[in-house]
Amino acid sequence: MSKTVVFKIDGVEIRGTSGQTIMEAADKAGIYIPRLCDVEGLDPQGSCRVCTVKVNGRTAASCTQPIADGIEVENETMEIRNFRRDLVRMLFHEGNHLCPCCEASGRCELQALAYRLGILQPDKYPYLQPVRPVDASHPDIMLDTNRCIRCGRCIRASRQLDHKNVFGYIGRGINKQVGVDGKDLAHTDVHIDDKAVALGTCPVGCIIQKRRGFFDAIGQRKFDLHPIGTKEKDS
Amino acid sequence: MSKTRVIEIDPITRVEGHGKVTIHLDDQNNVREARLHVVEFRGFERFIHGRPFWEIPVIVQRLCGICPVSHHLAASKAMDLIVGAKQLTPTAEKMRRLMHYGQIMQSHVLHFFHLASPDLLFGFGSERESRNVFGIIEKMPDLAVQAVMMRKFGQEIIRATAGKKIHGTGAIPGGVNKNLSLEERDFFLRDIDQMKKWARGALDIAKKYSIDNIKAVESFATFNSSHLSLVRDDGALDLYHGNLRAIDAGGNIIFDQVDYRRFNDYLMEEVRPWSYMKFPFIKARGHIDGWYRVGPLSRLNTCGFIDTPEAGKALLEFKALTHGAPNHMTLAYHWARMIEVLHCVENIEKLLNDPDLQGTDLVVRGQRAEDGIGLIEAPRGTLFHHYKVDENDLVTFCNLIVSTTNNNEAMNRAVRKVAQDHISGKPKITEGMLNHVEVAVRAYDPCLSCATHALGKMPLVIEMYDVEGSLVDRKGQHV
Repeated sequence: MSKTVVFKIDGVEIRGTSGQTIMEAADKAGIYIPRLCDVEGLDPQGSCRVCTVKVNGRTAASCTQPIADGIEVENETMEIRNFRRDLVRMLFHEGNHLCPCCEASGRCELQALAYRLGILQPDKYPYLQPVRPVDASHPDIMLDTNRCIRCGRCIRASRQLDHKNVFGYIGRGINKQVGVDGKDLAHTDVHIDDKAVALGTCPVGCIIQKRRGFFDAIGQRKFDLHPIGTKEKDS
Repeated sequence: MSKTRVIEIDPITRVEGHGKVTIHLDDQNNVREARLHVVEFRGFERFIHGRPFWEIPVIVQRLCGICPVSHHLAASKAMDLIVGAKQLTPTAEKMRRLMHYGQIMQSHVLHFFHLASPDLLFGFGSERESRNVFGIIEKMPDLAVQAVMMRKFGQEIIRATAGKKIHGTGAIPGGVNKNLSLEERDFFLRDIDQMKKWARGALDIAKKYSIDNIKAVESFATFNSSHLSLVRDDGALDLYHGNLRAIDAGGNIIFDQVDYRRFNDYLMEEVRPWSYMKFPFIKARGHIDGWYRVGPLSRLNTCGFIDTPEAGKALLEFKALTHGAPNHMTLAYHWARMIEVLHCVENIEKLLNDPDLQGTDLVVRGQRAEDGIGLIEAPRGTLFHHYKVDENDLVTFCNLIVSTTNNNEAMNRAVRKVAQDHISGKPKITEGMLNHVEVAVRAYDPCLSCATHALGKMPLVIEMYDVEGSLVDRKGQHV
């Protein structure tokens, strides 16, 4: 039987339910914790570390860390903010993210987080400019791994929601990539109606529905209307 | 053996992008050769290979920060063919037209007031320190404010139709992604009368300059040429869509009402080793004689009439100057440009009062094709976009002939003529004389890189070399 758990985020008292993660309890309380690999409806993975908070002085991924009575969570401190800023910066620099001509602009969570964290231009790390493939073999879906941040949301959605194994990781370390279960997308059992390829599963512009393009007018896009973190369920 | 000297104007100022002029003098200081070199390399035609076709109108507009709408719309028109959209919805076509008229208006105003007017109002040889937009602001503040406000109006039109003033996303393959709200419409209608008044005033300045200085205008960088542009089915000026018409120097038709998707049957491009810019020509006339001009002057030469009342009347006055024959005066580009501004403002007013702009039927799609060609009359002239797209929706081929490229040979001839008229035989090269060369290039409003640059910040450096390559003289703002 669940019981009420009382703890604090940035000094504010929160009442959660036992078994909840810090992020779940924060969401319920209307407190936003930035995230990229976590999305409602999928098991948490704890890999992007953007949701890192300090729990009683020690860092933890809030999407996987359970709440406990009396814990003190630091979320919006300068130290945590700088930490998140560095993580997001590195994601930009290790891929090929060309926001000006990316159709995900305005609904891209990476871009939206960059704006939230005040990252407006490259200023710290060199671009790695990797050479990555574009898989346009499927008639309705395209995979542009230049924009992949290896959040694994497509992998989990394919397994947990679609009960398929269309996507998976290949490679190690800096060479780790999202690959498909087949020669290319056209040779998998992916379908345009799969949750794995639905708008909002991929947080960036890696998995795109073909020919949708720039259908949403500037000013009417998801994060034009509500910048990330200004609504409870915006990721 | 006689010695030659080379003068370089590098970079040219008050044009869009980077270019340089070299003037080759013999030992009597006579001009042997003068060339406009475009020294930038962009590579857009290659690096969009492998990208999905619906991205292209948004990528290629990054060619330019001054007229991105032209590239955005030309690419969109090409992609309309790719998605099989033979006829756009009225809302889509009118939204695109509104965007385009706003774009031409702001670009022409920028060129006339910010780049060209200091030469026209203060004189080609006047003091360099005040012969710029800051001189206009100081000596003619009302005119400067008017220029800023007119440009702003055009930019706001672009924002309302494309989502952003620069590099928006309004046009998509097969249509547009938004209509014009009533609030946006009313915002523009409030200022439209003022814009018309200012457009008339700007036209008066350009016309008066040409008439008051007719001898100079008739002779300065003037040479006979063919002219090419799109015209409407009935021969009217149409800046957004139409068929190709080319006329020779005497006004005789070379070809007319050519479906622009067949432009490759009529035009070719030549490559010369000293410039990154290609030299297009009319196939039937060969690469020596087939060159032509494009842009405002050419459009007014090729079109039969203008269908908006005030610009239509202005066209008749313009044509009367040459008794109906083609006008070949390079400096008349400015007058033609201001007639087009008035035409754009009149069209904007007409469109704002059209309820189709509030329609909700925005996109059509048809049978998928693999070849897409889009042409548009950009501010600087006819703009060609040609793409091939494979069965996976990725671009495999791209050829762009930008407006300035079409005027390549003409600008070289203008440079040569002015150099011969104003520099040949002179013992000393003055800054004013070199500005004459720049004025000739500037009249074409070239966008050498199709990219932005900071106005007035580029250093003008002129270097003179002897035949062995030794520096013999050097002049410049920051030397």
